Amino acid sequence: MESALLVHRLHFAFTVTFHYLFPQLTMGLGLLIVILKSLALWKNDDRYNVAARFWARIFAINFALGVVTGIPMEFQFGTSWARFSRFAGGVIGQTLAMEGVFAFFLESSFLGLFLYGEKRLGRWGHWWTAFLVFLGSWISGFFIVATDAWMQHPVAYTQAADGSLALSSFWGLILNPWAWWQYAHNMSGAVITAAFVMAAVGAFYLLERKHSDLAKIFIRLGVVTGFIFSVLQLFPLGDQQGRLVAHQQPVTLAAMEALFKTDTAAPLVIIGQPDTVLQKMDNPIVIPKMLSFLTYRRWEAEVKGLDAFPRDQWPDNLPLLYYSYHIMVGLGTLFIAALLVAVFLLWRGKLFESKWMLWVLLLSFPFPYIANTAGWITAEVGRQPWLVFGLLRTEHGASPGISAGNGLFTLLGFMGMYLVMGILFLFLIRRELEHGPDIQVR
Amino acid sequence: METLWFILVAIMLVMYVVLDGFDLGAGIIHLWAARTEGERRTVIKAIGPVWDGNEVWLLAAGGTLYFAFPMLYASSFSGFYLPLMMVLWLLMLRGLGIEFRAHLEGPVWHSFFDGIFSVSSGLLAIFFGAALGNVIRGVPLQADGYFFEPLWTNFLVGPNAGVLDWYTVLMGVFAFLALASHGALYVATKTEGEINSRARRTAAWTWWGIAFLTVTSLPITLNIRPELYDNYRAHWFGWLIPLMVFAGLVGMFYFRSLGNDKAAFVSSSAYLAGMLGGAAFGLYPTVLPASTDPRFNLTIHNTASGHYGLSVGLVWWIIGMVLTTGYFVYLYRLFRGKVTASTEGY
Ligand code: HDD
Ligand code: HEM
Ligand code: HEM
Repeated sequence: MESALLVHRLHFAFTVTFHYLFPQLTMGLGLLIVILKSLALWKNDDRYNVAARFWARIFAINFALGVVTGIPMEFQFGTSWARFSRFAGGVIGQTLAMEGVFAFFLESSFLGLFLYGEKRLGRWGHWWTAFLVFLGSWISGFFIVATDAWMQHPVAYTQAADGSLALSSFWGLILNPWAWWQYAHNMSGAVITAAFVMAAVGAFYLLERKHSDLAKIFIRLGVVTGFIFSVLQLFPLGDQQGRLVAHQQPVTLAAMEALFKTDTAAPLVIIGQPDTVLQKMDNPIVIPKMLSFLTYRRWEAEVKGLDAFPRDQWPDNLPLLYYSYHIMVGLGTLFIAALLVAVFLLWRGKLFESKWMLWVLLLSFPFPYIANTAGWITAEVGRQPWLVFGLLRTEHGASPGISAGNGLFTLLGFMGMYLVMGILFLFLIRRELEHGPDIQVR
Repeated sequence: METLWFILVAIMLVMYVVLDGFDLGAGIIHLWAARTEGERRTVIKAIGPVWDGNEVWLLAAGGTLYFAFPMLYASSFSGFYLPLMMVLWLLMLRGLGIEFRAHLEGPVWHSFFDGIFSVSSGLLAIFFGAALGNVIRGVPLQADGYFFEPLWTNFLVGPNAGVLDWYTVLMGVFAFLALASHGALYVATKTEGEINSRARRTAAWTWWGIAFLTVTSLPITLNIRPELYDNYRAHWFGWLIPLMVFAGLVGMFYFRSLGNDKAAFVSSSAYLAGMLGGAAFGLYPTVLPASTDPRFNLTIHNTASGHYGLSVGLVWWIIGMVLTTGYFVYLYRLFRGKVTASTEGY
């Protein structure tokens, strides 16, 4: 049983992590394409339409992978986490079903129109399809994040006699404060990914001396939105996420910071390796008192360490949690720094000539993906050992009766399939980049 | 309230089978009915703008099932673990086959993706038929409401049958033929010339298979699960469903021989809706019968979520369905009419 649980966890973690590589670009790019379409209408400049068309093709390939990797996610709640589904389905079934009914129908109906209906629909009609595709993907993001937020911070439920949960307030579920902060932070992260990708493609074309007109549009839009959202991502959004964790899941916070002992005026560790056996931090570089201030807005406040909680409530993979959290925050800080320089150069009119900065933009597009993935690992591993925080432990959520062998079989199947799909995806994207933006309406 | 949600989930599943059924069917006949690159592109174009939306009916039905009957979702999805995972792989392959075909030129790539599209469509139809067969035959539910079925054991119908036994395989073949014919009629409505006449011919000979299986599977099914008959005995209006099946079957034959592809396609939709509706009507209020002990049957009563949740769900479900119907009507109207290889799109 023990190893079947491990297989189910790896199965879910692997498939959802792979899935999330695609929607983050879809959701961010959805917004950027609407901005491009709006600029085209506002400035009456067809270059923006050409740019939008180019990104629509990238969007379509990415979307296809998002859809096919998303379908297994929906099913896995039942296949691998049956006891969790039975326990919590009365509540989170609401948000998951609403996602299908409100988001997926909208997205899938209008994407085809957006991609192939530009001539048929006219300028405004086409703007609307772009907007509806964007709206669909953001609604989808909301419902799925609201589902996850409920697992982090369960609200609006009553417990029936057989132990399963039932919804007690619809608006309580939808207006879960955790959901809205998590949603905002997550969507901002998605926009950062798309902004970096767009700027990187622009930089690539400029360095290759191709399509330089459009490349400048890509860089300008990417750098500016990237900078705005990177700042928002840290403050207020990331800060709020951290404070929610500190107040609602103090044990998670202690583990994220690898704070083994309760401390007043606790320092913030910037770099250091946690030693879980001796329960101390190796080679720490710290900012004194900072952690206390960030969580409680008082320099001398007491922050509870792991020693304040029983061992069976600690997240079970402390180093992974610690590192993923620090990777996310570290990258977030670097994004702000790098984009600040880029925005400055743009403002002085020097960005398009500074080769080194173009190289920085080109090479940095993988990092938002890493930051987003690390963020999710922080959230999910941090919630352990609970599946629904405080209510259902992970080991009580898996399906009964599915052996580790069966689980491993399908996990390996998914791995093989995703490997092939990933290669095909990269190949297709490379072809689109090679092909470049073309002028005609398709 | 539970009965209402049973009906709503059943309607969503019927929508799925009728809508995605035709693009699965188009996939089944793809390699045979469309021979040249131009013809193949025509088939892909005929379903291109709509297939993804059609497939969402499956997701939305799954989501609604989860929301309305969480215990049924948990039990059946974990019990059918292996076949479901395979269905997922096939759905993924099929989606990629359709979408990536448009992005890669060259005869080798096109043949490759056409093959993937067609084979996965056919296997999906068989899996869906077998799934329905399992639900009718019953599964080895235990007292805790869970079960686990291996893919196959000895192919005999009995308490320790696997997912595949002779009955469910029969249902798989049945579904394969019914969807092939449904897809052929759809392709016929959307095309002209050579491919249109090949699609009509496919519909013609699959019809005989369907008619034969409709007649033979009825006594077999009633023999395996006689309780299906109870609701029909108790409620006369249930007989309208077999009437619809019969009318659909006759309509398919009659309108096709007149060359009226649209009416034949509508008849086929009515036929599929009738077959599924008939099974659902017979099963009610059971949703997953136990082959072990009837006391372990999952019914709408022991699997439903709380009353409050089901009531608020009704509000957003109705709003959502009105919107969705709007999108679908708009989309199908915009892309109505025949397609050819040079029509814009895919
Ligand atoms: C580009 C991506 C990105 C960047 C730069 C950041 N984050 Fe983040 N973060 C996410 C992307 C993300 C995410 C993927 O969106 C997560 C995962 C779960 C979630 O809702 O958002 C997340 C989760 C997450 C959590 C975990 C919440 C939980 O345990 O449930 C905290 C505390 C923070 N973030 C805080 C920060 C801070 C203080 C940052 C400083 C710059 C930061 N994030 C940058
Ligand atoms: C609404 C969205 C999500 C829900 C409902 C959800 C739910 C779950 C569930 C049920 C598990 C299995 C239990 C466990 O082992 O922890 C899990 C684990 C995990 N999920 Fe999520 N998840 C969501 C989104 C994501 C995303 C987007 C990612 C990553 C990109 C992610 C990453 C992980 C990881 C890494 C694990 C393994 C954690 C561990 O084993 O300790 N999750 N999540
Ligand atoms: C366990 C968690 C998840 C489940 C069950 C899930 C389910 C799905 C499904 C079924 C699809 C295909 C929809 C279609 O056919 O159009 C999909 C696509 C999508 N998902 Fe997920 N998903 C999960 C995690 C996430 C997360 C965490 C996000 C973002 C916050 C997200 C955002 C999207 C978006 C925007 C799409 C549209 C397709 C695309 O953008 O590539 N999903 N998801």
